[in-house]
Amino acid sequence: MSILINKDTKVITQGITGKTGQFHTEKCQEYANGKNCFVAGVNPKKAGESIFNIPIYASVKEAAAETGATVSVIYVPPAGAAAAIWEACEADLDLAICITEGIPVRDMLEVRNKMKQKVAKGGKETLLLGPNCPGLITPDEIKIGIMPGHIHRKGRIGVVSRSGTLTYEAVAQLTEIGLGQSSAVGIGGDPINGLKHIDVMRMFNDDPDTDAVIMIGEIGGPDEAEAALWCKDNMKKPVVGFIAGVTAPAGKRMGHAGALISGGADTADAKLAIMEECGFKVTRNPSEMAKLLKAML
Amino acid sequence: MKIHEYQAKELLRKYGVVTPRGKACFSVDEAVAAAEELGGKIWVVKAQIHAGGRGKGGGVKLARSMDEVRQLAGEILGMQLVTHQTGPEGQKVRRLLIEEGADIKKEYYVAALTDRATQKVAMMASSEGGMDIEEVAHNTPEKIIKVFVDPLVGLTDAQATELAQGIGVPEGSMAQAVDTLKKLYTCYMETDASLAEINPLILEGNGNIKALDAKFNFDSNALYRHPEIVEYRDLDEEDADEIEASKFDLAYISLDGNIGCLVNGAGLAMATMDTIKLFGAEPANFLDVGGGATTEKVTEAFKIMLKNPKVKGILVNIFGGIMRCDTIATGVVAAAREVHLSVPLVVRMKGTNEDLGKKILAESGLPIISADTMAEAATKIVAAVQ
Repeated sequence: MSILINKDTKVITQGITGKTGQFHTEKCQEYANGKNCFVAGVNPKKAGESIFNIPIYASVKEAAAETGATVSVIYVPPAGAAAAIWEACEADLDLAICITEGIPVRDMLEVRNKMKQKVAKGGKETLLLGPNCPGLITPDEIKIGIMPGHIHRKGRIGVVSRSGTLTYEAVAQLTEIGLGQSSAVGIGGDPINGLKHIDVMRMFNDDPDTDAVIMIGEIGGPDEAEAALWCKDNMKKPVVGFIAGVTAPAGKRMGHAGALISGGADTADAKLAIMEECGFKVTRNPSEMAKLLKAML
Repeated sequence: MKIHEYQAKELLRKYGVVTPRGKACFSVDEAVAAAEELGGKIWVVKAQIHAGGRGKGGGVKLARSMDEVRQLAGEILGMQLVTHQTGPEGQKVRRLLIEEGADIKKEYYVAALTDRATQKVAMMASSEGGMDIEEVAHNTPEKIIKVFVDPLVGLTDAQATELAQGIGVPEGSMAQAVDTLKKLYTCYMETDASLAEINPLILEGNGNIKALDAKFNFDSNALYRHPEIVEYRDLDEEDADEIEASKFDLAYISLDGNIGCLVNGAGLAMATMDTIKLFGAEPANFLDVGGGATTEKVTEAFKIMLKNPKVKGILVNIFGGIMRCDTIATGVVAAAREVHLSVPLVVRMKGTNEDLGKKILAESGLPIISADTMAEAATKIVAAVQ
């Protein structure tokens, strides 16, 4: 098993005809069961056509109805990305994965509140992963996103991170010492996003095929602390934690829109301290994340 | 993106918030002319730099005559203003705001910002205006009131009243305060601000509510739809190297150490900086070359890092995913040649076509030190610069 996606997941690609969408759709198709998983694309102007043998539909709703897809991945450019997320919600999908970087915060605020309002009124909840994330992968089954597939190996370790390349770093370390991954999840570097560390930790905790987790965070925002406090009371599996940005100066945005120290709790040191108090094995040396985890198994 | 106080007030006035009358000036003569035009008996001469704490640093002074306006404008314009936010070298004052005086009876603090935890807009207010809000938050957190605004609904009258009553606005000025809060919220949303702060918001002797100082930050992801705000950008207030880097789509931030680092991905870039510190040195910069690290981008990145005279060595850390290591290696070799690199260079490459990349580096004839892990790379660069 795995979390959120597996080899039977059927995926719609929103923004499939753009340069980024095309490039990554092809890579995702080539990975494991990808040929069978990526079943639809969306572009109202190109409905009826196909790309890489994937039929293109006018809307997410139509694509879902025709193919039975329950997940979408979004490569739509920033100005239209929030609307694309909302379209996936209106089509009642299970999960929307937004890769797009650079969406205005106000657009994300509005769409997140619309999503919550829909659920409050009894509508179906669509989970959102991202935006500004690499996506997620269940090794040897399915890859949805922009991560390099070949560094992964099937196994029993979960990885969750706000940063793309830092996720790859952890995964490569694990693979190198013979530990495969159940799922690796990039939740993205934006301040207003969907699934948070705490949500993914819950899923890994409940997944019978995950034995331990590497949780990677960075400066800015309360998410890592919130997840650590939840884990303290609930997590049944060992967790290794790392926070990037011990050397980051306050008040400067470090590449990611959400990586900004605006108060004491935002610092890497504060987050590492809470994670340690909550029973994580924390490290300040990102080169030893996998080694530490192996020692805990 | 940050803007100046006088620009922030201009924006607030567009949304109907009352501010003192004033004018931005670039010379002493302009300052005197502005004071004459404003009339009255008292003027405020305010240094315009992007950092806070200007008053304490000596950048805000009261003038009681035209001679004093001339004298103070002359003193402040061109000074290196040092505040707790500028660093010890200070920031050169190039612009002034000349304003009419105000009859301050009481000072409040109000602000709007995005709250990550609730995914709503937090409207904050405090009776302790005119002070550093971080200090208030630390010492007397009970004096800060917050309401969380659903962006689909907007700031309601009830919420605005809760804030205004909570900070002790007198009944006679309540309607004005509520109105100001609602206008501040609208301004925050419509301009895609990430922070809109009025500190202090004052109650005048006659009961009027006015914004005496204001600060805005804007979401850089949304600037494409606000050409009017992009116009406010003042490049003199920004780091020249960071501006240069942004032209090549590089995220660069200069720091105080002596090891330059070039990394792909923001998280990995921070982790690399942290590893340098862990092994006994300090990073000279944050630099994320992003996903598509072409030879041109890598070359520009090297040039920008090497402009910093403190840089004694460079660490390149690339995780080759979609971007292959051999492509990056070719870029690094070309860049090192073009800039005639004279400081030690350690390269750590991992991922797609890693072996091919290492071979290109080894066969380049350049003294590039190779490393397998971040820790090894940091150890080697720290040893090389000592």
